[in-house]
Amino acid sequence: MSSAGVPADTTGLGGEEVLTPQMLAATRKAPSRRGRRRVRPWYMSLVLHGSLIAATIIAIFPVFWIAISSFKPREEIISSVTLNILPDDWTLSNYREVITANDYEFLTWFGNSIVIAILTTIVGVFLSATAGYALSRYRFPGYRPALNSFLVTQMFPAAIIIVPIYQIITNLGLINQQLGLLLAYSTVAVPFCTWMLKGYFDTIPIALEEAARIDGLTPFGTFYRIVLPLSTPGLAVTCFYTFITAWNEVAFANIILLSPEKYTLPVGLRTYVYQFDQAWEKLTAGAMLVTIPAVLVFLFAQRYLVSGLTRGGVKG
Amino acid sequence: MTSTDQSLPASGAQTGRKRGDPSFRERLRRNFGRWWFAYAMLTPVFIVMALLVFYPLGKGIYFSFTNADQYNALNPLLPSTYEWIGLENYTNVLRSQEFRDVLGFTAVWTFVNVFFHFTLGLALAVALNRTLKFRGTYRMLLLVPWAVPSFISAFAWRFMYNNPYGFFDQLLVKLGWESPPAFLGDPTWAKFAVITANVWLGVPFMMVALLGGLQAIDSDLLDAAAVDGANAWQRFWSVTLPGLRPVAATVILLGLIWTFNMFNVIYLITGGGPGTSTQILATYAYSNAFDFKLYGVATAYGVIILSILLVFTQFYKYTVKRMGEETWS
Repeated sequence: MSSAGVPADTTGLGGEEVLTPQMLAATRKAPSRRGRRRVRPWYMSLVLHGSLIAATIIAIFPVFWIAISSFKPREEIISSVTLNILPDDWTLSNYREVITANDYEFLTWFGNSIVIAILTTIVGVFLSATAGYALSRYRFPGYRPALNSFLVTQMFPAAIIIVPIYQIITNLGLINQQLGLLLAYSTVAVPFCTWMLKGYFDTIPIALEEAARIDGLTPFGTFYRIVLPLSTPGLAVTCFYTFITAWNEVAFANIILLSPEKYTLPVGLRTYVYQFDQAWEKLTAGAMLVTIPAVLVFLFAQRYLVSGLTRGGVKG
Repeated sequence: MTSTDQSLPASGAQTGRKRGDPSFRERLRRNFGRWWFAYAMLTPVFIVMALLVFYPLGKGIYFSFTNADQYNALNPLLPSTYEWIGLENYTNVLRSQEFRDVLGFTAVWTFVNVFFHFTLGLALAVALNRTLKFRGTYRMLLLVPWAVPSFISAFAWRFMYNNPYGFFDQLLVKLGWESPPAFLGDPTWAKFAVITANVWLGVPFMMVALLGGLQAIDSDLLDAAAVDGANAWQRFWSVTLPGLRPVAATVILLGLIWTFNMFNVIYLITGGGPGTSTQILATYAYSNAFDFKLYGVATAYGVIILSILLVFTQFYKYTVKRMGEETWS
């Protein structure tokens, strides 16, 4: 495994957990080495399936509970003192209410979240692709300090730079603006993307580049025409994680965005339940509307990205 | 500056030095001629990092030695009049009872979480690494906690721990407990609540990472051990676990750093409360900055957090290296 296998957003801003390409590449189908093992006794199967089923139930229960509750009318959510798994009377009114409340503010938040996450991803990947390549291919003077500075950045607690960043954004007059938030997210996204992409470029065999250079491509031409197209899977994974990190971010968004029409989803949804009159019926419905696409995209992307990673490039 | 000078890695790696003893200027010129392309490629990121990471970092460290607060700093309506006060923030923080409490819970939070992430993740990975009916289905469903956006998961747990109509309280009433605890209102239960939620959140990542590690273990070794008469437990202990060590060393370190810095779960489930009972250093620093507006104190916390992580990471790497691993080169 390469020493670069540990890029991560550890700033506590997004808290997204990240698999390196190497880790992902290893999660293919199980090897078929079991052909000649003896059959497992029935009680072992029982224990195995029993524990897996129990784990699965625990894993999906919170989501299930949110889903079920989103169909209960408010009175049923906040009045039933005895356990009532399925709703007594199913309703879609929570969904109607959360979508239309305060002039469709939920949809505005949704839009804000998507815009900021996409912008962060674009900025992060565009700025850092060349740097990731340089770090992967060249051992220039200053290489070690540069690499270490990226590593330490991954360890930054938000606390240490959040105050100065807040000051910069205030001085630029970007408080309560998407651009201010974009600036703040770049502090995390740029070093993160550089790390991720360096890790991926490391896995691409160098023979192709040498051939391209002999055939007369410039250094940048080699990067742009040979390496980048080969790196589509790595770029996709990096985009995916950067998007998710920005999508989940709370700490910066909470202080930079001040008016409800500027909120992102986490900040907006938080207002539903951090008030005296907790609006769980709205929160559960809103949560479902966010979760369903997120889970579908994740499960789809996961499979696609994994197979893409194992296919990429040629074997060295 | 011929094209062969833009050396591709291996060839260019060692040749940068050792040619007589040219003057510093000369060396600079030569290095630049040799490496201009690498530097050019790094420039955009370097500029961003300088402006958005290193400058704020320096400024943050500077703030930690000042008395900056809402009246003398970062206030558009008032002039900046904050002053250098030396180590006062640090001595005040390190002496305070809150710091000790928060540090104590941070340690509990970090180690308990990572312990369960790792053990449960490993157990599930081992189970999923067998030939098994519905293996794909289990794997997919077990990934759900990771697939759900983390802020949604945090809200879901806050909802389930609600008193009196959260799921857990209702369940306890059903089981005959007359007045079940207010999970988020009691300091001890609140600690329990945030830790359970975060354990739930972090297991799938460890599971997938360790599953990858398990599948990379050479099955011939296991077969050889079986031929030599090792039972399942001995094979696991003497072949599988040592084989997992490189992956495990990495994901445990990552897990420790992530958990140490975890913001969302605590901030969204309890907000650090009741009181400061569920604050960890990362959330408490934030709270100092934006609830109490004590910017000097908050950045002092930030510096303390970074120091702890740096020292810990060095120590961890040293330990792992001594155990003879080549995880970091």
